[in-house]
Amino acid sequence: MPTIAPAFADVTSSDSALRRFLHGLPGVDPVGLEARAASLGTRSIKTTAKAYAIDLAISMIDLTTLEGADTPGKVRALAAKAVHPDPTDRTTPTTAAVCVYPDMVATAKEALAGADVKVASVATAFPAGRAALDVKLADTRDAVAAGADEIDMVIDRGAFLAGGYMKVFEEIRAVKEASGPARLKVIFETGELSTYDNIRRASWLGMMAGADFIKTSTGKVAVNATPANTLLMLEAVRDFRAQTGVQVGVKPAGGIRTSKDAIKFLVLVNETAGEDWLDNHWFRFGASSLLNDLLMQRQKLATGRYSGPDYVTVD
Amino acid sequence: MSESTRLSVFKTYKLYVGGKFPRSESGRVYEVTTATSAAGAGGKGKWLANAPLSSRKDARDAVVAARKAFGGWSGATAYNRGQILYRVAEMLEGRRGQFVREVGEAEGLSKSKAGAVVDAAIDRWVWYAGWTDKIGQVVGGANPVAGPYFNLSTPEPTGVVTVLAPQESSFLGLVSVIAPVIATGNTVVVVASERAPLPALSLGEVLATSDLPGGVVNVLSGRTAEISAPLAAHQDVNAIDLTGADAQLAKELEVAAADNLKRVLRPRAEDWTAEPGTDRLTSFLETKTVWHPTGSLGASGSAY
Repeated sequence: MPTIAPAFADVTSSDSALRRFLHGLPGVDPVGLEARAASLGTRSIKTTAKAYAIDLAISMIDLTTLEGADTPGKVRALAAKAVHPDPTDRTTPTTAAVCVYPDMVATAKEALAGADVKVASVATAFPAGRAALDVKLADTRDAVAAGADEIDMVIDRGAFLAGGYMKVFEEIRAVKEASGPARLKVIFETGELSTYDNIRRASWLGMMAGADFIKTSTGKVAVNATPANTLLMLEAVRDFRAQTGVQVGVKPAGGIRTSKDAIKFLVLVNETAGEDWLDNHWFRFGASSLLNDLLMQRQKLATGRYSGPDYVTVD
Repeated sequence: MSESTRLSVFKTYKLYVGGKFPRSESGRVYEVTTATSAAGAGGKGKWLANAPLSSRKDARDAVVAARKAFGGWSGATAYNRGQILYRVAEMLEGRRGQFVREVGEAEGLSKSKAGAVVDAAIDRWVWYAGWTDKIGQVVGGANPVAGPYFNLSTPEPTGVVTVLAPQESSFLGLVSVIAPVIATGNTVVVVASERAPLPALSLGEVLATSDLPGGVVNVLSGRTAEISAPLAAHQDVNAIDLTGADAQLAKELEVAAADNLKRVLRPRAEDWTAEPGTDRLTSFLETKTVWHPTGSLGASGSAY
């Protein structure tokens, strides 16, 4: 088992201690949080700053396909796009990773051989997370064995909402161990946690259990990443580093479709967690259609004329 | 409250984009005045209203809205499109008084002359409404070919069309350039007459209540040269009608439009009161031709 930061050894020693700690976290002011997120979204990012932000956002994308209809061909096409997002402009940065289901990891790995693009795999009975721990661990080991560099796990929201924090905690620790060298992203599915307080608790729970990344959502429910819940998680990683010295990444996923949205998130990162997180090692976007919009904006900046969906690939 | 103390309620003219009525993204407006030839104007127009002064971002948003609407509108049956265009004429008839006033002020016409212009514009909607399910038979059909094939041509809409509306004929001219474009299934971003945009902006209100899906027609007002430049260069616009551009501007826009091979309709002298013919209908159509084996060789032991 991975070691727990000494600061939290007593906190995580028993179910009741863990509950006491999580419920002792300061309550979230929802109105203030949303107002803060909205006000940071009004920043005007133009010209060279915009060009920088667009390239940074492209380099932070986990280009994702998580469909029942995924074929090896589609995964290969996605991998090609991750390496050369805009084939007409080789100065375009590569995306950070491609994100696929475990059975597609080998295909993605092969297609990305030699490229500086990682393979992330969802695991642990994604997206619902409704399976026995053994099954989840087998799912994880399978993905790592196939060559996944990163594992995106889902927490057991049912256990979390029922107050079984220790169960969730132990599960994350077990998956972390099963992931071995792969970086672990922990998905909370914020849209199912009902309150901002719960998102703050889940963030701390995940980080204490050894998450390398905390991630908003699966992209499979009605409410996915929002500026407010991402801001809340950015505050959590900032505070966690201040207390423990351990830096944890953040990944909003789902529902981020336009360059404007992506740039708003980057502003949140810079203003909340700080510059240290403005790097694809510490911040990612889980997205698929966002890349096309970023590419169209990039073409607009390069050529001065508006581009259209005919000039980027469909997937 | 007595008649004399009542404050008049001024209308805020707004753009019509994607079925909604936004102000310009830039927040800018410009003053619209009566035609200088209007009675009592004395060489200087009387202030009528502030119209939105659209920016290039409004143009971009309009193209996005038009593109989004294209699938549904081009996929609607020709009959259905005809019904909707006829509905536009019905709605216009109901607001005839307002348009007579606006056209009269915009073009310096007497009430009776403005009435005749509005009537002609309503009739033009009806005329084009009738064409939606007939143009296919006129410009498409079976072609005789030397082989055992059916060879069939069918016209399809070009896509998103930018239209620079005529500068002088603020309403009849406007209708005469929009109606044929949407009758065939295109969606349109129209730049209203720069000096007299109010009838065009009011037309948006009519279109919004005529079962016309949002985004099929998008109306922008402002400086024609400023809005048309990004539209002509826009890679997701398929065609541009330069009717409202002067010779110099038309040339510049045509150069920009060449970049993605937009279909271009050059400006020419036109009499808007005359029966239009099918020219404007066919300007923004693409012909698709399919070959299909007749099967006539099969029975006697053909190669296939």
